[in-house]
Amino acid sequence: MTDTILRTDRLSKNFGGLIAANNVSLNFERGQVHAIIGPNGAGKTTLINLLSGDLLPSDGTILFNGKNITSLPPDKISQLGIGRSYQKTNIFATFSCYENCWVAAQSRLNTSMRFFRPAKKLKKVQDRAEMTLDLCGLSSRRDVLASAMSYGEQRQLEIGMMLATEPELLLLDEPLAGMGSEESLQVIELLRRLSRDHTLILIEHDMDAVFSIAEQLTVMVNGRVLETGTVEQIRNSQAVQEVYLGVEEEAT
Amino acid sequence: MPRITRTLLLLAALLTLVFFPLFGSSFYVGLLTRILILALFAMSLDLLIGYTGLVSFGHAAFFGIGGYALAIAFQDAAVIHLWQALPLSLAAAALAALVVGWISIRTSGIYFIMITLAFAQMFFYFFFESPRYGGDDGIFLFFKPVLMIGSADILHLDSENNFYYFVLGSLVSSYLLLTMILRAPFGKVITAIKANEHRVCALGYAVNRYKLVSFVIAGTLAGLAGFLEGAHSGYINPSYMSWHESGIAIAIVVLGGMGTLYGPIVGAFIIVLLQDFLPSLTDHWQLLFGGIVISVALFYPMVRPACCRDFMRCSEVK
Amino acid sequence: MELSFYLVQLLNAIQYGFLLFLVASGLTLLFGIMGIINLAHGSFYMIGAYLAYWLTDVTGNLWLGILLGLPIALLVGYLVERFAISFLYQRDHLYQVLLTFALILIFNELQQILWGTDVHGVAIPAILAGSIPLTENQSYPIYRLFISAVCIALACGMSWVIQKTRLGMMIRAGASNREMVQSLGINVNRLFALVFSLGVALAAFAGMLAAPVDSVYPGMGENVLIISFVVVVIGGTGSIKGAFVGAMLIGLVSTFGKVLLPEMASVMAYALMAVILLWRPQGLFGRAR
Repeated sequence: MTDTILRTDRLSKNFGGLIAANNVSLNFERGQVHAIIGPNGAGKTTLINLLSGDLLPSDGTILFNGKNITSLPPDKISQLGIGRSYQKTNIFATFSCYENCWVAAQSRLNTSMRFFRPAKKLKKVQDRAEMTLDLCGLSSRRDVLASAMSYGEQRQLEIGMMLATEPELLLLDEPLAGMGSEESLQVIELLRRLSRDHTLILIEHDMDAVFSIAEQLTVMVNGRVLETGTVEQIRNSQAVQEVYLGVEEEAT
Repeated sequence: MPRITRTLLLLAALLTLVFFPLFGSSFYVGLLTRILILALFAMSLDLLIGYTGLVSFGHAAFFGIGGYALAIAFQDAAVIHLWQALPLSLAAAALAALVVGWISIRTSGIYFIMITLAFAQMFFYFFFESPRYGGDDGIFLFFKPVLMIGSADILHLDSENNFYYFVLGSLVSSYLLLTMILRAPFGKVITAIKANEHRVCALGYAVNRYKLVSFVIAGTLAGLAGFLEGAHSGYINPSYMSWHESGIAIAIVVLGGMGTLYGPIVGAFIIVLLQDFLPSLTDHWQLLFGGIVISVALFYPMVRPACCRDFMRCSEVK
Repeated sequence: MELSFYLVQLLNAIQYGFLLFLVASGLTLLFGIMGIINLAHGSFYMIGAYLAYWLTDVTGNLWLGILLGLPIALLVGYLVERFAISFLYQRDHLYQVLLTFALILIFNELQQILWGTDVHGVAIPAILAGSIPLTENQSYPIYRLFISAVCIALACGMSWVIQKTRLGMMIRAGASNREMVQSLGINVNRLFALVFSLGVALAAFAGMLAAPVDSVYPGMGENVLIISFVVVVIGGTGSIKGAFVGAMLIGLVSTFGKVLLPEMASVMAYALMAVILLWRPQGLFGRAR
């Protein structure tokens, strides 16, 4: 008996004439790491944007824990327990590293419409922010301005902010993009640790990373789902080898 | 400039302002009162421009509404009770800001600028063409507000010095109130919105609600400034809410330094003194004034002194 | 009141709408293509009117006045773009607001230095001075019809330029995606200077046309500017079609507002804007995000 956490049903998105996602129907199982791969322009990021509410689907539905979240705005979706990180670094550049995590953690208060008590005194938020800093390995960079951090560190912070919102399901859009190999290993390790008690949906180009942590794989091409299944099934799929993996392996 | 230096400087400035009426003539006390009122108005706008990232070009509307609420309700009254008049002005400005904000905040960028301007202009024309409220001439007030308990005068704003201290008190309280708000969770959210609105939304905040509350707070404080101006000058007319006033307020905020609460106070001093000084040089002083504002727009962000830059974020979490 | 009265009002509304369209179409293009908010746009309307007044006075002929005035307005627009606006393309709208606000102050002062604070009138050229009788006691001035006709011709011309020419293609591309134009290897600086100057010319031309029917007075540009903002907001930024529909709507609402509800006339245009924004925050023809 499998336990579906997120399900899309004939999800589509077109921009003018361009169909970026075409009838995507997918099941994501609770507790698994599900990677989405495919060539550039396959619609992977569009799919993530649809799931996180950044884009409104043209058609189809999204169910999260059985609840229809199809046309909810990003803030509602975040509050339901779906966190996401962005492919292009999307942080508060004028804030310190810690403040970034702090604002993220504060989003889990019942309300931030509090006007009189200094934010510093909210112990719970503080602890959560410190914890995420620790988790994403940035404790030593606590008070550095985000804009002054290295690119790799900003990527780590990106993930940290997502974690500070205590999500159940993580949407990760190329978390390793632009990272050095040392940093990559750290992040892969972090993802592996997170996968113990979270569900992960992951877009990534680094195939070694994908094969080392993913349990389920979906291959997208031209906005469509080409194949979906376990890592083994995908490795053995004729269709996938032709369009995707074959090319990759020849290249390497 | 370390934090302690800044605090000392602010305290020194405050002390100077407190003791000024003991030495200055009543003309200069009056001028200073005007400057402080304008500073309060600009400070309220800074909450929008400098902290929330909302460039409102219609802020003078709330200033004017604060003044008109006072004038309309009390134009024939023999005594203007402060405890009635002040809350009324604040409530009127807050309500107007709520309605205007509710519609405007659904949009952003240039759109937001134009819509706030258009709404301010709507209020302007409403009063400009309304014979009931004096039209072009506006409304005159013959008395100053009084605070009485029973039949005892606690505070009479008749004297220039009393009025001055009341305005200074309002400015300082507003400063402290805003400082507190900016340090509270709410303040963290709005400064984050200015830095990266999209991400704030993705983190699970209902961004528009925070923007709206910020808009209403700013509008209410502008209403307070308008109330003070109306009471001080003894009249209110549509030109108080004209778009020139909104434009001047933006110039003050940028010149003084957005994202600092004391910046607009400095800006107000500079602008009012310029407006008083330039006409003595030439009849066509608006040319000079316009030139100065253009230079501010073109060059100021680049040559801003380093000491100000550190304070862009006055709300550190440590 | 009879039908012919309403007909006159309708013609007035359309004529006013057309003039607004000339000003607003420039604004909306600046907006859509260059991402610039230009508060001084109304000043160009005023400059146009004053140039028409001044040059007609000197030459004794409105047509000659317009002919000589347009290049002057174009030159002013070009200089403003080169020496002020062009520094602000990459910067926050806040600075554009501040700079163009200061430009208004300067233009107003210059206008007072050059032409004083009096209200002036411009005579309608003799050929167009007559009226067309509608009924026994209602007639309609030919010059107003002429304004509408010129504006229709201009609107058609603009639509042709935008739909059929290479410049139009760049403008359309720019309005829908500014980054794209920049990456297509189009000389963005030249395109921007051109669009800005064209917008200025349109606004100035509107002022010139309007000079004989409205009087020429200080501050006339500001009223037009703000109502043009309302037009752009209603129509949706960057949309010429939107500017047209918005201008006509505002023309109708203000003209009939003055007749039917004189107390509330000037507030009604803004109320209309509020209602439309509640329904479609991006304007009638604006693109939703």
